[in-house]
Parts: sequence; C-alpha cells; structure tokens
Amino acid sequence: MSLLEVTDLSLTYASDGVVVEALRDVSLTVEAGEVVGIVGESGSGKSTLAAVLNGLLPDNARITKGAVRIEGTDLLTLPEAGRRRLRGPGVAMVLQDPMQAFNPVLTIGRQLVDFQHHLKDLSRADKAARAEAMLAEVGISDPAACLRRFPHELSGGMRQRAAIAAALLLTPRLLVADEPTTALDVTMEAQILHLLRRLRTDHAGAIVIITHHLGVVGEICDRVHVMYGGQIVEEGPVDDIHHAPAHPYTQALIACDPAAIPGRAARLPTIPGRPPPLRRPVPKGCAFAPRCPAALPQCRTEAPPRVVLGPRRSALCHRVSP
Amino acid sequence: MLSYAIKRIGLAFLILFVVMLGLFSMVFVVPGDPAGVALGPRASPELRAQLTERMGLDQPLHVQVANFFANAARGDLGYDVWSRRPVLEMILDVFPNTLILGLVSLGWALVLGVALGCVAVVWRGTFVDRLLGVLSVSMIAVPSFVIALYSLLIFSVWLGWLPAIGAGEKGDIGSQIRALILPSFAIGITWVGYLARLVRASMLEVLAAEHIRMARSFGLSERRVVLTYALRLALIPTVAVLAMGLGSILSSAVFVEAVFSRPGIGTLATNAVSNRNYPVVMGTVLFMTAFYLFVVTAADLVIARLDPRVRDVLRS
Repeated sequence: MSLLEVTDLSLTYASDGVVVEALRDVSLTVEAGEVVGIVGESGSGKSTLAAVLNGLLPDNARITKGAVRIEGTDLLTLPEAGRRRLRGPGVAMVLQDPMQAFNPVLTIGRQLVDFQHHLKDLSRADKAARAEAMLAEVGISDPAACLRRFPHELSGGMRQRAAIAAALLLTPRLLVADEPTTALDVTMEAQILHLLRRLRTDHAGAIVIITHHLGVVGEICDRVHVMYGGQIVEEGPVDDIHHAPAHPYTQALIACDPAAIPGRAARLPTIPGRPPPLRRPVPKGCAFAPRCPAALPQCRTEAPPRVVLGPRRSALCHRVSP
Repeated sequence: MLSYAIKRIGLAFLILFVVMLGLFSMVFVVPGDPAGVALGPRASPELRAQLTERMGLDQPLHVQVANFFANAARGDLGYDVWSRRPVLEMILDVFPNTLILGLVSLGWALVLGVALGCVAVVWRGTFVDRLLGVLSVSMIAVPSFVIALYSLLIFSVWLGWLPAIGAGEKGDIGSQIRALILPSFAIGITWVGYLARLVRASMLEVLAAEHIRMARSFGLSERRVVLTYALRLALIPTVAVLAMGLGSILSSAVFVEAVFSRPGIGTLATNAVSNRNYPVVMGTVLFMTAFYLFVVTAADLVIARLDPRVRDVLRS
C-alpha cells in the first residue's frame, strides 16, 4: 500500500456561473521515504492539489471524480472529524508565504504548542520543550527566545524555519511544502533547501514539494511530476526529467531555466503563448498544443494518450512513443 | 509602551487645550454681548453691567483667558449665571445618568452586534447574511432621535408599557431600569447595525488570511480557530470604533435625553444653550471633550496591549 495514492482526481471551481476545471484526471503515488516534486507554472493546478491533500479546499471547489488515499484511507469520503485528525500527524503543510503563516497576535511558542493538540498525553510545558528542540533542529540559534517572540519579530527565513519546525513537530507521514522557497531571497532559499535535504535523511515520512522552480526539484527530489493545465503531463525520476525530458512542455520549461542558459543571453527564453483556458468547455485535444512547437494536427482535436515510458515514467503526448 | 502612553496622553492634553481656546473664543465670535443676550432687550443698563461683571467680561481679554485656563486646571468651570451653582457640581450631578445611558446602549449594542456579525460570517453568502445586511444598514441609516420619537409614541403613549419621561425614582432600581430601556434602545440600535457590519467584515478578512489556513492545516478545531486565532484579531478594529462610538453616543444622548426629558448632560447643555448660560455651555462641552479624549486615549492604549505589532512600532 502506498503512503499517498491519488487516482483519477478531477476538481472544478465554480464562480458566477463559470466552471473552471482545475484538476483533470490527476493520478500520483508517493511511497514512504520518497521526496516527490510537483512542478508547474501558475494556474497549473499544483496548489489546488496541495489543498486537496490536507482537505482545505475553498468553498467553491468540487471534486467531481477520483480518490485520494492516505495509507489506504480515502480522504474524500472521510467525515470532517476524521479529516481533522489526519491534519498534522497524517499530512502537515508548509505554506508558501512564511510572512503570513503565523498568527500575528500570538507568540510563536503559543502557536507551536497549540499545533501539537493531537498529543493529548503531553502537558503544555512538554510541548513547549519539544517545540524548542525542534526549532534548534531546523537551525534557529536561540530557540528559547524564538518561542517568546511574535511572528513579526522574526526574519522571513526564520519564519519559514519555524513553519517547517511546526510541521515536523507532528512527525507527519506526509509533509507537503507548497512553494517553500518562493518568498525567500536566494541565500535563504539555499539554506531552506539544505534543511529540506537534511530532512530527507532524518525524516521517516515522505515529502511532496510543490514548486514552479525546476532547480529546487533537481536539488532534493527523487521523482518529479510536471503539471500543465490541471493535468500531469509527464512523470519520472528526476534525472530522466532533467536529461531526457519527453514532453515538449517539460523540454520548454528546462530550456527556460535561467540556470541552464550558458553564457549571457540577450533575451531570456520564454514559452510563447499563454497558459491554457480551463473554463468549461475545455477545448478538445492537448492543452499545450497551441504553444507547442511540435504540435501535430491531431494534437488540437484528440486528447493525447498517456504513453508509459518505463516503471513510474510516463508522458501525456501524441508525439511520444514508448 | 510607557513613552507611547506619555505621547498619547500629551496629545490628548494638546487637543483639550485647542478645544478650550475654541470654546473661549465662541463667546466673542457669537454676535451680541453675552450679558445682553441673556437678559433680553428690555434689561436696564445697570443690570447688564452687573451681569457683565459677574461673568468676568469686563476684564481685559488676556486676563479672561488666563483665568479661564487657571480655573479649569483647578477643576473650577465657573458658576451658573442664574442659580450661581458651580458648573462642575451641576455636571457631576447629572453625568452618571448620561454615562449609564451611554454604557448600557453601547453594551447591548456590542453584545448583539458582535453576535449578529458572527452569525453573518457563519452563514456568509446565504439569505441570512443578506437579510442581516439589509437590517444593519437600515439600523445605521435611521437617526436615533427618530427611533426615540417613534418608540416613545408606540411603547409609552399607545401601549403604555414603559415610562415616557425621566430617569426613574431615586433608589428604585426597577423604575430606573424601566426608564433606561427606551432611550438606550434608541441610541444603541444604530450601533448594532454598525458593529455587526464591522465584525463581519473584519472576521471575513481575518478568516481568509494565510495563518488561519495554517492553523486549520494543523487540525485545530473550528471553535479554537474562530475564538482564539481569528476573533482576537477581528476585535482590534472594533475596540477602536467602540471608543469613538462612546463619543458619538454622548452626542446622540443630547437628542435622546431631550426627547425623553431625561436628566443628563445633554439636557443640561440644551437648556444652557437656550438660556444663553455661557459658563454651563462651556463647562458641559469642555467636560464632554475631556471625557471623550480620555476614552479614546484609553482605547489606543488597550489596542497597543492587544496587538504586539502596534506595541513594537511604538517601542522603536
């Protein structure tokens, strides 16, 4: 049994009569101990996927199809109380913006203690001691003082460390980090990546990292899922994705990574065109076809097949052959 | 925090000083000599001179200003021109009536307003929310003296359930409470609507924040999320508005006290204005201003306690 198993998940958002298909037949599995990256541009559905994993979808979201199982328990049919028990010890989140992650009028210590409410046998003092130890572990130099601080008294990097510490306090089976480094500057990003890489070895559970940055994925992930237009267009081990991308979108993403561009470029490469419209009715054919340099006539009329390229390696494309 | 407190209190005194200057010049800006206006056109010149002297208006201007400030600093707000009673004593006599009226109005408005605001948040976007929205706006839009007049007509005159005038018998709590119901209803109802809208808006804003998502993502119960993680933040703007509310409630009390002939600082001021009783007018306005400044300053200090971010901005 896999730790996380998402099968054929489809989800729509409805507002003012417009229905947007945010996720379309998304399938993904994560085994214990793995670090899996989900890469995509804004609007590809990657943050929606993260929200599904901890069951905190906005009110206008509706899951139309599929299942999400954590150690065999289907999240979608679970009553709210059961889902709430899973949040934290089952799935813990590190959210995108560390500046906004903590309540501004409560101390870090108060919040880290409250977040351990699942541990019923421990006193508040015990929980504070655990929090202090965890803060030290994620590299905060004066953890006791940090507990007494209010969020605005910490730097962005410290807040993100504290947020990671909060998630780890519950020894979650699955840690979901939604753009954990996007809001940080480059040096902070390197430090947080270093921290996450260390967690891979110390932390028994699995980690899912959601990012738009392929470099982040290359640093720490075992496997990658590339999302486009609410679908997973390619999946595979991180080395294969980097060195032999099969899907034209993945190829374009890699070509656009500034770190991969040799020398000085007069203009940074971009993918021409715009992200696909996901309003219903979603156009037939491949979502990437209008921007694809290698599109065939059938790409615009027929939905692309999922071509299996190997164990846990596939692409959603007419051009790819096994 | 201490230096902030000193700054806020200093500012309050500065405002008070400006208001006092304004009040003092009022006597000179308003056309006609106060003694003449007070006595009427047929008063004898001797009487007028006597009253001018009694009001201290024959002194040179700078002496008058100095006296005014020196006396006010000592708590001496002058004497009633007619009864010769000390103004401060007259104010302190009736002020508890006004204060109780204001606090009771604000109190029930706060309880009901916060509750309705939370109800609107829980059922946001539904029929209940929209209905509360319409009701709140109607409550805000109708002036309190209109409510006062109609409620007086309905509940006192037609139905005869509640007393129409006065503040109740001294020492009889029951009759005092009965006399409070209609006036506090008239004043508070505006604030129910206002607070309900305010609490709804600030709650929605707070609930959409990322840190609330974070708290929920750790499986905290909805009760805990709303009551400890959201309400504390949502109440910060409410405290600020409440303090100003008490100020504006004191001014609506002027009308409402007049409608219900209820002894209070409002009736005192209205009577003094119609009798051209300048020391009493100045005394009541000065007293109300000082009281209002006191409340607003206290509220700022409470907010600084509630919100650590404000506390820190102040410290640096």
